[in-house]
Amino acid sequence: MVQLTLPKNSQMRIGKTWPKPEGATNLRKFQIYRWNPDDGENPRVDTYFVDMDTCGPMVLDALIKIKSEIDPTLTFRRSCREGICGSCAMNIDGGNQLACIFGMDEVKGDVKIYPLPHMPVVKDLVPDLTHFYAQHASIKPWLETKSNTPAKEWKQSIEDREKLDGLYECVMCACCSTSCPSYWWNGDRYLGPAALLHAYRWIIDSRDEATGERLDDLHDPFKLYRCHTIMNCTKTCPKGLNPAKAIAEVKKMMISRTH
Amino acid sequence: MADVNRGNRPLSPHLQIYRLPLAAVSSILNRITGVGMTLAAMLIVWWFAAGAFGAGYFEFVDGLLTSVIGHLVMIGSLAALWYHMLNSIRHLIWDTGRMMGIDIVEKTTYVVFAGTVVLTLLTIIII
Repeated sequence: MVQLTLPKNSQMRIGKTWPKPEGATNLRKFQIYRWNPDDGENPRVDTYFVDMDTCGPMVLDALIKIKSEIDPTLTFRRSCREGICGSCAMNIDGGNQLACIFGMDEVKGDVKIYPLPHMPVVKDLVPDLTHFYAQHASIKPWLETKSNTPAKEWKQSIEDREKLDGLYECVMCACCSTSCPSYWWNGDRYLGPAALLHAYRWIIDSRDEATGERLDDLHDPFKLYRCHTIMNCTKTCPKGLNPAKAIAEVKKMMISRTH
Repeated sequence: MADVNRGNRPLSPHLQIYRLPLAAVSSILNRITGVGMTLAAMLIVWWFAAGAFGAGYFEFVDGLLTSVIGHLVMIGSLAALWYHMLNSIRHLIWDTGRMMGIDIVEKTTYVVFAGTVVLTLLTIIII
């Protein structure tokens, strides 16, 4: 359901302003969403100042610097620091990004950081992705076959393999799904761009033998057809993929198989 | 994780903090113009129906709809009609899987915006 405002327990308050680092001349202001599950308080937005002369170029560099030098309680996910694990997805400057590959030079003014939008918050910048992962699992993201297993391997021509380009690169960071207003309002039943891109990746895999069943499963007013081509997914994808196009291709296959 | 508080997790902010991209603005405008035109159509039906109720009532409704505000509402509806039609053509193209790269989407958004202004002005000049 569309609910434009935040529930009472989710409304943000102005939080703490942390002291500026001493002796620094090149300061940048960060406003960061905080929520602690243990104190019973509402979420708040804290203000930090980071010395840019001693900080790396990416937003994740600043977050790590804040955590190690100013406030060790600041909580966020991170791992690979090179845009391949998808852990540090968060909302930076009004768009969903991977903090590790998003440069602070791309932000004008203060750097505002929130968790991925419209998700339950576990703590600070960490959203609960349980439902998101369950939706991914529901499209059976693996090879489904009925033929006898070949002696060596399931072969694929170079041309068929190329059809997976622009799809297999998805790292499931959830930036696209949590940027999508349809997913915000109907995320309980709409699968969202990430899961649908993966669904398409298996539907067009030449080796997969469950294409019909996969399309049957998506033939649902909510799972697939809540996509209204708003294009936020494609705009925000940190890997430069095009989930909206993948969804359009699935919709096309739905129509073409009925004729 | 056994004693983690899962009961009252807040919902992270969404519309409050998301900077709507150009394509998203054009998408919500499509919805707004669609609903707006339905309301405008009802106004026009009211206008015609008033004629069937009698001269006095028609004069009242006609006065409202041809007043300055009435004209503004009708011009707005006209723009909504053109916008909705042009954007729907774009939706038809998207349904074939074409023109879906984000760069071309942003370009065609400007085309739809410009087309709406031009066609609205042309319609006002012609009728």
